[in-house]
Formats: sequence, structure tokens, C-alpha cells
Amino acid sequence: MTRAGWIRVALVAGAVAALELATRAGWIDPHTIIPPSAMAAALAGLVVSGAILPDIAKTLSNVAAAFVLSVAGGFLLGLVIHAAPRLRRALDPLLATYYAVPFFVFYPLLIVVFGMSDLPIIVIGFLFGVVAMIIATLNGLDRVPRVALKVARLARMDAVSTALVIKFPAATPYLFTGIKLAVAYSFIGVIASEFILSGAGLGYAIAYAYNNFDNPRMYALMLFILVSVTAVNMVLHTLEQRMLRRRGLVR
Amino acid sequence: MTGAPAWQRYGDSVALLAGLVLLWWLLALWAGEEALTGPAETLARARELAGSRRFHAHVAESLAALGYALLLAALGGLALGTWLGVRPLAGQVAEPILVALYALPKITLYPVILLIFGLGLPAKVAFGAIHGVIPVTIFTLNAVRTIRPVYLKVARTLRLTPWQAFRTVWLPAALPEIVSGQRVGFALTLLGVLIGEMFASQRGIGFVIINAIGLNDVPTIMAAAFLLAVFAATVSAILLKIDRALHRRTARA
Repeated sequence: MTRAGWIRVALVAGAVAALELATRAGWIDPHTIIPPSAMAAALAGLVVSGAILPDIAKTLSNVAAAFVLSVAGGFLLGLVIHAAPRLRRALDPLLATYYAVPFFVFYPLLIVVFGMSDLPIIVIGFLFGVVAMIIATLNGLDRVPRVALKVARLARMDAVSTALVIKFPAATPYLFTGIKLAVAYSFIGVIASEFILSGAGLGYAIAYAYNNFDNPRMYALMLFILVSVTAVNMVLHTLEQRMLRRRGLVR
Repeated sequence: MTGAPAWQRYGDSVALLAGLVLLWWLLALWAGEEALTGPAETLARARELAGSRRFHAHVAESLAALGYALLLAALGGLALGTWLGVRPLAGQVAEPILVALYALPKITLYPVILLIFGLGLPAKVAFGAIHGVIPVTIFTLNAVRTIRPVYLKVARTLRLTPWQAFRTVWLPAALPEIVSGQRVGFALTLLGVLIGEMFASQRGIGFVIINAIGLNDVPTIMAAAFLLAVFAATVSAILLKIDRALHRRTARA
């Protein structure tokens, strides 16, 4: 590991230790924050008893569905928009301002359209993630080497195989940025909807624990989300580095 | 942004907007009045809302929270990002942490903010600022770090004082990326403030929307969301314009 990496680990460990010390010594009111060790213990208890497993399964499957939909949909829409420059120019300001509009206000509408199920939440996660993927796809397609496209024309490939065999691999580094953002936004969309609007899932469980002053449970669930999101991101980061190194884009 | 004549560009944008409104209208017809209010009714309700005294109070509350949060996020992110950008090791240590925080659904941490700040304006400001400060810091950090070394050499050769160097070299070189960061920061700060108002709050636009959701008052949901979208898109478009102009100027220089 690099020097910066070690310092980072020490920094995070130091922050956790400081929080532990401050909460144990009573400098921070236990009604506000509980010690990290207590959070971990509470989380272990919840997992062993199986009490939160249904919520975990629900949230993670919703996030996974929203993520897959937004990556696949964003790539396809990106291909279509990239092929139509006039459409793209008109869409450009909308794409750039898209994230300033909070979508989950449309949750009631989605419930009417899709029914009381997991679908509305998945759709919100999809709406959050898809535009990041579209933007990344457009960036990537802009940088597909012209010679690669010529090869495709010479080999008389049709549009679908050009997209799959030429454009997709050539744009991968940029697509990866989109994939990472799509993961983050799927998590944010799904958990925020559960938190504010829904009656199940991890987001809801946190809001419920907060409303019942059940701090150990609330912090245990937060810890779980924190750890799982960070773990997913680290896996993606490792995959991205490996892909970039194979292409000789990073030392 | 070159090539096509201006009339065609504007024509395409107008056609796209008209298409979206048409889509909205068709969706409203299909879903029915109680599920989705059409464009005309939404506009009428929005005008009604914009004229009501009670709604003004909610807007004022939201704008106050957004203003304070933006101030904190913009200045805090600028300061932190500049500091991390100037010190390479600090930047290397902090960047992955910042990226991890960026990807985290911060809504999970809102109860902690509420426990620390209590119910009310400070919690919303803090929550909005937390959303905005991270992208501003990341963009600023990268802007400062990628300033071309030759510029800094010139500053050293001319023996500029730190303040002179900051004003005449660092700031102009990093400004385009910094503005991009502020643009993303604005969008996320607004999102944070709204989420903050939707949970455990009695005032603000977010509360108006969540209250209307509870009452299943579809016209109000649509009208508030519409006004919000127009506001967000307008501010974002202005920032985008500044952003693009700055990037073009630097590209030419």
C-alpha cells in the first residue's frame, strides 16, 4: 500500500477511536451518538437474530434492479442520443440540469401507475441513475477512435454488433465512471424513497428506529449501509483500476 | 455548439419541450385526473400557490435554508478543496474518502443530524451543506491540482506574494472547474434541503410536498414539483452558461 493509503487507514481508524473515546467518556451524550463498538455489537445482534434480513434483502434487490436497469437503459439511450446530434443538442441543457430536480416527489404518481409494490422505488432509483449513465455513455462514444469505426464499416458490421463489439469496449473507461455513479445514485434513490415514503426496507427501518428513539438499532443499520456501500465502491474501484491497467492507462 | 444555425437550435429545443409537454398531457389523460394533473391544471394550481400568503412563508423558509446551506457548502468546499489541492499528500489521503462519502446515501445520516442540531432550520442547513460540500471540494481539489506547473513557475519567477499569486494565477486557472463544482454543489444542496424538509419538518417546500402526498392532493404535488423544477432548472442553466463561457475562454487562452 502507498504512504497515502496508510495515512488514510490511520486517519479513519483514529476518527473511529476518537468517537469511541468521546462517547465512552461521556463528552458526547449517548442519546446523540453511541460508541462505534456498541453500533457493531447491535448490528451483529440484529444479523444473528435475523431481524433485519428481510429489510436487507428487499433494499439490496431493489438497488440491484435499479442499477441494472439504469446501466442498460442509460447505455441504450446514450447510443440513440449519440446517433442523433440534433436531439442531443436540444437535450443537452436538460441533461445538465436534470439532477437539480428531485424526483421522488413523483412517488405517489408512480404508485398509481405501477401499483403498491417495489416497482415505484425501483423506478425512482432508475430515474436517479439513468442520466449519469447516459452522460457517461455520450462522453465515451465521443472518444471512440475513428479508425475503430472505419474497421466496423469495412467489416460490414450491422448497428447492433458495431455497438457491442466496437463501441462498447472502446468506451469502457468512460462507461465505468457512469457505472460507478449509477451504483451510487441507485442506492441514494432507493434508500431515500424508503426513508421518506415507503413502509419497508433499510431506509424505512432507520426512520422507524429514529422515530422510536431506538438508537442502537438505528446506528446498527446506518453502519450496515455505510459498510456495504463502501465495500461495493471498493470492489468497483479495484475492477476499474485493473481494467485501466490492462489498457495501459494507469501505471 | 457550432455548426447548426441558431434558428435550428432554438427550433429543436422548442420542439423537444413541446414534445415533453405533449407526453405529460397524454400521460395525464391515460393515468386519469386523480393520479396525474395535466399541464394546464398544474399551471393553474401553481399560479394559485404563487399567489397565496401561506405558500410564500414556506418558500421563504426553504430559500433561507438553501441560502445558508449554499454559503456553507460553497465557501467550505472552496477552502477545503484549495487546501487539499495545494498539499499533494493531503489530497491523496483525502480524495478516496471524499469519493466514498459522495457515493453514500446521506439520507441515512439525517437522524444523526437531527439528534445533533434538533428539529428546525439548523438541521436542514447542515444537511443541505453536507450534500453540497463534497462535490465542491472534489472539483476544487482537482481544479487546483491540475493547474499547469508552468503557470506556477511563472508566479515563482516573478516573485509574486502568495496573495498576488492566488489572485492572478491560481484563481483564473482553476475557476472554470470550480464553477463546474459549484453547479453540481447547487443541485445537491437543493436536494439535501428538500429531503431535510420532507422528514421531521413543519415548514418549507419539501413539507408542502410531503403534506400533499399525505393528503393525496395531486394538483398541489404537481404544482409544487413544477415550480421547484422551473426554479432548479433556471438557476442551473444560468450556472451552466457561466460554466461553459469560462471553459471556452480557458480553452482559447
